Amino acid sequence: MTGHVFHPGHHALHGVTVLLETKGRVVYVGRFDTEDESGIHLVDVAVHEPEGSGPTREEFVRRTLKFGVRVDRKHTLVPSAEVASINPLSDVTS
Amino acid sequence: MPYDPRLVAPMREEMVRMGARELKTVAEVDEVLGDQKGTTLVFVNSVCGCAAGNARPALAVALNHAVRPQQIVTVFAGQDVDATARARQYFSDYQPSSPSIALFRDGEVVHFIHRHQIEGQSPQTVATNLTSAFDKFCGATV
Repeated sequence: MTGHVFHPGHHALHGVTVLLETKGRVVYVGRFDTEDESGIHLVDVAVHEPEGSGPTREEFVRRTLKFGVRVDRKHTLVPSAEVASINPLSDVTS
Repeated sequence: MPYDPRLVAPMREEMVRMGARELKTVAEVDEVLGDQKGTTLVFVNSVCGCAAGNARPALAVALNHAVRPQQIVTVFAGQDVDATARARQYFSDYQPSSPSIALFRDGEVVHFIHRHQIEGQSPQTVATNLTSAFDKFCGATV
């Protein structure tokens, strides 16, 4: 990020595609919409929930960086207590 | 639902001013992307004032570079819906986002810039991404 507010009048991350890591094993990539008392609202969201034969977290991130966000959900609410970190996807290196 | 054409007209005109050909129909897309030789840049335009508002100036800066694609074309997401969907079929490995930019060489996507690589970046940063790709893929000997 360059430090300026992407959408003036909104949260600094509004409209920005972010990588949200939870305190569990689930990782989300989606556009940050808002944050309110219920948590973080993401739109157009790809979800990575590790399963035995599925891609690893690293593979999921690497593929998303290269090919874009494969939307699994139009909207996701992540409770604030579950959020470990949020970073613009453009700042992430796989 | 598409925006009022009068609202998006300046965004179209910005592209045309920098030398991009607008592709508004499936037939026009197929004509350009169907049997490609050489290098073609496809700019997926968007009404998003912030991301596309950076991406269009970035492309304008990049097109002043000494090395550039042979063809510059644009489709308008959310406006020319059928043309945009058709164009995306030519780079279907990549998830749809707008704005976004695809660079083809001889029909193959050799560089792609997603919306997430434009958000929050300065036009100059995005332009540098583009000109690096132009140098790599659009030079006389590749």
